[in-house]
Amino acid sequence: MSHPSKEQLQKEAAEVLSALDITALKPKQRIAIPVQEMPTQDPGVRITNMEEVAIGYSKDQVIAESLRCLQCKNAPCIKGCPVSIDIPGFILKAAEGDFQGSIDIIKESSLLPAICGRVCPQEAQCQLYCTVGKSLKDVEKSVSIGRIERYVADLERESGTIKMPEIAPSTGKKVAIVGSGPAGITVAADVRKAGHDVTIFEAFHKPGGVMVYGIPEFRLPKSIVAKEIDNLKQMGVKVETNFLIGRTRKLMDLMVKDGFDAIFVGSGAGLPKFMKIEGENLIGVFSANEYLTRSNLMKAYDPKNASTPIYNSKTVAVLGGGNVAMDAARTAQRLGAEKVYVVYRRTEKEMPARVEEVGHAKEEGIDFLLLHNPKRIIGDDKGRVTGLELLRYELGEPDDSGRRRPIAIEGSESILDVDTVIVSIGNDSNPLIKQTTESLVTNKWGNIIVDEDCKTSIPGVFAGGDIVLGAATVILAMGQGRTAAESINKMLAEK
Amino acid sequence: MNKVLHKEQLGEEVFRMRIEAPLIAEERSPGQFVIVQIDTDFGERIPLTIADADPEEGSITIIFQTVGSTTHRLAAIEVGECIENLLGPLGQPTYIENFGKVICVGGGIGVAPMHPIAQGLKKAGNEVKIIMGARNKDLMIMEEDMAKIADELILCTDDGSYGRKALVTEPLKELCETWKPDMVVAIGPPIMMKFCAETTRPYGVYTVVSLNTIMIDGTGMCGGCRVSVGGETKFVCVDGPEFDGHLVDFDNMMLRLGTYKTREAEDHHECHLEMAIQELED
Ligand SMILES: Cc1cc2nc3c(=O)[nH]c(=O)nc-3n(C[C@H](O)[C@H](O)[C@H](O)COP(=O)(O)OP(=O)(O)OC[C@H]3O[C@@H](n4cnc5c(N)ncnc54)[C@H](O)[C@@H]3O)c2cc1C
Ligand SMILES: Cc1cc2nc3c(=O)[nH]c(=O)nc-3n(C[C@H](O)[C@H](O)[C@H](O)COP(=O)(O)OP(=O)(O)OC[C@H]3O[C@@H](n4cnc5c(N)ncnc54)[C@H](O)[C@@H]3O)c2cc1C
Ligand code: SF4
Ligand code: SF4
Ligand code: FES
Repeated sequence: MSHPSKEQLQKEAAEVLSALDITALKPKQRIAIPVQEMPTQDPGVRITNMEEVAIGYSKDQVIAESLRCLQCKNAPCIKGCPVSIDIPGFILKAAEGDFQGSIDIIKESSLLPAICGRVCPQEAQCQLYCTVGKSLKDVEKSVSIGRIERYVADLERESGTIKMPEIAPSTGKKVAIVGSGPAGITVAADVRKAGHDVTIFEAFHKPGGVMVYGIPEFRLPKSIVAKEIDNLKQMGVKVETNFLIGRTRKLMDLMVKDGFDAIFVGSGAGLPKFMKIEGENLIGVFSANEYLTRSNLMKAYDPKNASTPIYNSKTVAVLGGGNVAMDAARTAQRLGAEKVYVVYRRTEKEMPARVEEVGHAKEEGIDFLLLHNPKRIIGDDKGRVTGLELLRYELGEPDDSGRRRPIAIEGSESILDVDTVIVSIGNDSNPLIKQTTESLVTNKWGNIIVDEDCKTSIPGVFAGGDIVLGAATVILAMGQGRTAAESINKMLAEK
Repeated sequence: MNKVLHKEQLGEEVFRMRIEAPLIAEERSPGQFVIVQIDTDFGERIPLTIADADPEEGSITIIFQTVGSTTHRLAAIEVGECIENLLGPLGQPTYIENFGKVICVGGGIGVAPMHPIAQGLKKAGNEVKIIMGARNKDLMIMEEDMAKIADELILCTDDGSYGRKALVTEPLKELCETWKPDMVVAIGPPIMMKFCAETTRPYGVYTVVSLNTIMIDGTGMCGGCRVSVGGETKFVCVDGPEFDGHLVDFDNMMLRLGTYKTREAEDHHECHLEMAIQELED
């Protein structure tokens, strides 16, 4: 499987553009413009490195793709975007080649466009509703909203022309933010702009949350996240790493002892679920969180420099079908595994991972064992994994979530020879803050309960992101961050 | 950034360090630990018990044995220099009350984490007997500190070079027979904790052990530190580090500690090569 090079794709786009009178395009002509393919590293090459798979459009490609947009009056795409970006607005500017104008429109609604353009599940959000995709009866032929968004955001960042937002005069009020994931970053920026004194407290030694420790470099370069953090610091936000709220300081002590006027909790969903099957504590069984943290945050993929080891695997089974499972599988392969299986108990259609990542994983040679589920993990006398016993499944009636329920087929056991099992079946919320904060109300899964303004049961304490939503997405975390920041600013203005 | 205020060598491979960490010093309780990382980009995160703390000075004390690459690099940090990352206090504090008669068993470097616990137990009004074991005389640490706390101090070495020539389980068994303790706390190498738990089991004496699994975040996020306790999976960093020794699956835990053995053996070898070269240069 060889991919057209960036140059090839740019040449084709240039040809498309030169054949069109782009000032007077009819909808039919727009729809006829071919979907601009994302230039990527060749699969055979990219599995030997950690660099980003998707290279990004060229200028001609981004203009060609933007011209596909029909500028629908009712803009159905906007309702698919959790932060309601003015999608036709920014695409029109991009089509005109006014990339600064384009990013300015995006930034009215979104704080992290370079990141969301890369990791949003667009096919289930903005692009799901796109008229172009609908008329071509294929959501993959929708306008590539995310790719255009990424292009204009990257261009601004790389050109170093990012304008620092204006900061209102100091109010003398202090806001504490727990966690530096997308939710925390968003609140920090919005609250700081209102002139408040903002400190982020982060448990890890590096800020960025899942974007730094979970999502791999080959999907989201860490330098992009670092730049966002840098911008926050330039705005005057303080970042305290190695600071675990609940242990280094209790949540309420931030108010009582340290004089913070408001607190935002954006501590994420960091408690890995296991399957509770036999053999789960054998050597060679890891949670995806552990495996990915070793590789991403601790840089174990670079054994020459990094002190943190990572398991030496030949054959790997990854259990699960979400983004996390894809990331773990593709990381294992890049770390030298010869064979990597993704074991998922439903079919590809039900897999929650981004379509693009599933496609990339397949291109890279990951083997999908669909309609299979593990029964037990088998080890040798030294306690090391040697195999995985699987049961075949079939799909039955739809369950509460509307997905057809997988049912085990009796007597269908088989054994898969693997030396490593990576469990990637989701996360619950970390109970530490709840356990150390009296009167903070959570639901039965440990998620903090908030009202529509992101207020918790404790006055002055707000929450958002995965700790509220359960494992969700970057853009949803950001969206809640926006809401919470607005409530905080409102509360502090009235105080 | 946490500045090293004091460093001393307690034994051939054992160091004591006092580090500036005002917030941790203020919040910590006996039984809790910190995660240390020497350099932000490439360093490993390793757990070390808070052996002591001085809230007034704003410092904590760690005592560690040089076993692999990170502990060797830690030992090379000089007074006045900084450790880039220090997170804590982590884990559940030891549950301390007046149980009555308590035996504290410390093996090797396990004496360090034992110290604040023994201190706390004594302060709470317990009668405390302490058994300390080491492979040989040179590896015996903190004898004076422990003597200050103990109602009786029993020293053992494997080779008889100091104190009694015995494993710690021998005096432990004798005391279970004759003194009938209400509780035992055993901290040391997993194999020692396993056999201490086996020793007390027939006497039905509640035995607390402090587990030293491999950790990454230390906050409950990765599950790398998990152990099986009474058939249930527990995370040592948040549910522990202390557990009922009679319920811990030590065999599985010891196997899991060997997960990265090949890589670590290479590193250890390199550390010693580097140290040897340095000595030649000095
Ligand atoms: C491997 C992986 C791949 C993913 N892929 C995608 C994707 O492609 N697209 C997408 O949209 N979403 C994806 N997600 C989900 C997305 O990353 C999350 O929904 C999002 O990061 C949640 O943001 P957050 O701000 O709520 O929390 P997080 O990003 O989880 O950040 C929380 C931060 O809080 C810190 N913290 C926790 N407790 C404390 C405490 N007590 N004191 C101080 N700090 C604390 C944590 O260390 C962490 O840094 C993925 C998740 C994973 C794990
Ligand atoms: C809660 C807790 C408290 C601890 N307190 C102390 C303390 O006060 N003083 C102290 O010296 N050590 C303590 N340890 C052990 C300490 O964390 C390890 O010695 C350290 O991680 C080794 O790191 P390294 O890079 O130097 O060695 P590595 O290269 O990582 O390992 C070298 C050798 O040590 C073994 N090893 C690796 N990790 C551990 C571990 N966590 N425990 C035991 N052996 C290990 C390996 O199997 C290997 O044989 C504690 C561990 C835990 C979990
Ligand atoms: S933020 Fe995400 S959902 Fe919204 S327009 Fe961008 S890619 Fe689409
Ligand atoms: S729905 Fe599609 S075509 Fe219509 S405005 Fe949105 S992006 Fe453009
Ligand atoms: S060290 Fe990661 S969960 Fe305990």
